[in-house]
Amino acid sequence: MTGRRRSETVVGMTMIEARGLVKAYRSTKAVDNLSFEVRPGAVTGFLGPNGAGKSTTMRMIMGLDRPDAGQVRIGGRRYGDLRWPLREVGALLEAKAFHPGRTARAHLMSLAASNGIGRRRVEEMLALTGIEKAADRRAGKFSLGMSQRLGIAAALLGDPGVLLLDEPVNGLDPEGIRWIRNLMRGLAAQGRSVLVSSHLISEMAYTADALIVIGRGRLLAQTTVAQLSAHGATLKPGGSLEEAFFQLTEGVTDYSGGLS
Amino acid sequence: MTTATTSGHRAASPAPGYGFGAVALMEWRKLRTVRSTWWMVAIFAVAMIGLAIVALSHEGYRQLSAADRAAFDPTHDCFIGLVLGQLLVGALGVLVMTTEFSSGMIRATFAAVPRRPVVLAAKAAVLGAVTLAAGEACAFAAFAAGQASLAASAPHATLGQPGVLRAVVMAGAYPALVALIGLGTGALVRHTAGAICAVVGVLFVLPLLLAPFSASVQDASQNFLPHPMANAMTAVKPLAHALSPWLIFALLCAYAAAALAAGAWALTARDT
Repeated sequence: MTGRRRSETVVGMTMIEARGLVKAYRSTKAVDNLSFEVRPGAVTGFLGPNGAGKSTTMRMIMGLDRPDAGQVRIGGRRYGDLRWPLREVGALLEAKAFHPGRTARAHLMSLAASNGIGRRRVEEMLALTGIEKAADRRAGKFSLGMSQRLGIAAALLGDPGVLLLDEPVNGLDPEGIRWIRNLMRGLAAQGRSVLVSSHLISEMAYTADALIVIGRGRLLAQTTVAQLSAHGATLKPGGSLEEAFFQLTEGVTDYSGGLS
Repeated sequence: MTTATTSGHRAASPAPGYGFGAVALMEWRKLRTVRSTWWMVAIFAVAMIGLAIVALSHEGYRQLSAADRAAFDPTHDCFIGLVLGQLLVGALGVLVMTTEFSSGMIRATFAAVPRRPVVLAAKAAVLGAVTLAAGEACAFAAFAAGQASLAASAPHATLGQPGVLRAVVMAGAYPALVALIGLGTGALVRHTAGAICAVVGVLFVLPLLLAPFSASVQDASQNFLPHPMANAMTAVKPLAHALSPWLIFALLCAYAAAALAAGAWALTARDT
């Protein structure tokens, strides 16, 4: 009994393990034999060009999409087998995952009910994300930035040990971007596992410690920002993290433009 | 004090911490906090009670032929509002499911409660309770308003007469069953327009399409098409070729159960 209880309450124990994930839509493989680990206490950047399979992978972690092959475990369990999903995993998968006619407070109160989370926590999250003054407005009228904040409030409702954030800075103003960066770093510093996807390597340079780089659904590198940066410097004098990223993803981007 | 499971053992599917009550509370809060729910219930009430008053105050019993007088059923005629009311509750049932898909809310819902059939069951319980309460309240109100509007010369129905209470209670239960059929259809089809077309098609268009057919097809339809079934269920004077009201009611419950089962299967089988 004690062993099981400990694994549920110690935040630092939870990690995500994906093994051989495959997901195909018609003939194209969105995710192709993808394995990786997300460790606690760090922000892990999930990086790849548009269409690399980041969102599909995140949906498979959440049990929303079923993999054609392979498996993913959170703290050793399938998402569907989590005892209190919202208290173990928080996710921001898209900016507007709410009914436009419902107020922000009503949206959070409904989700909270399902996992036995009280009104006080809802009020705290409204305050933390800075949307308490708009809490009784219909969420459909929210700007993209406020919608993202509501999504973050929903993700943090259950004080989860694992956070999945899909492109959280998209559409945010500079102040909002800085707020999310600090929030993610703070959450990781508390011992949580934070997986954040982006197609911008420059954004990852500010927030991520570890990096999972994918392209066309395949793992290109599981590395750290420091290592990739060091590799960039060897490519050419003054070479950067960006340089190394472009070398990694060369040939797996679907579209490329140029000035000739 | 039980035999301890070994530390390496992991049950295939451990019981979740959240119970059905918690999920039902989530669904109640969702249903309650969307304005369209209450608009649709309000219009449903106006249709049920208003049409009962209009129909029975214009019954023109004195002008009826002897045959029509013999067939006159002052209970059944109070529930003409079901023609419109069924479409409203059917649409409400559809929307409870399809707005989650159109808004993306479904991912937040399934992230909170990954057991999808539990989500659908909770929606069915909450929607069923609300539409049953509204349906019964409106059925009794429509009956009372209808009898009050009926000309003094015409025969009146009272709840004490044989079969009348049964007819009123079934008129109130029918909307809840239609709402559940809508909910199951919404889970199966996912798109609002498609699901509403399917529900309106079965409730409204199919009976019209059968109109040109022979009397035997018409007689059969009252035993298997929802709205003609509602006619048979709310009739006090027995209709020719109709099954017993209780049998029809049981069949309609089976329709709702089948729609929900199909919806639960679709939610589980498909990606979100």
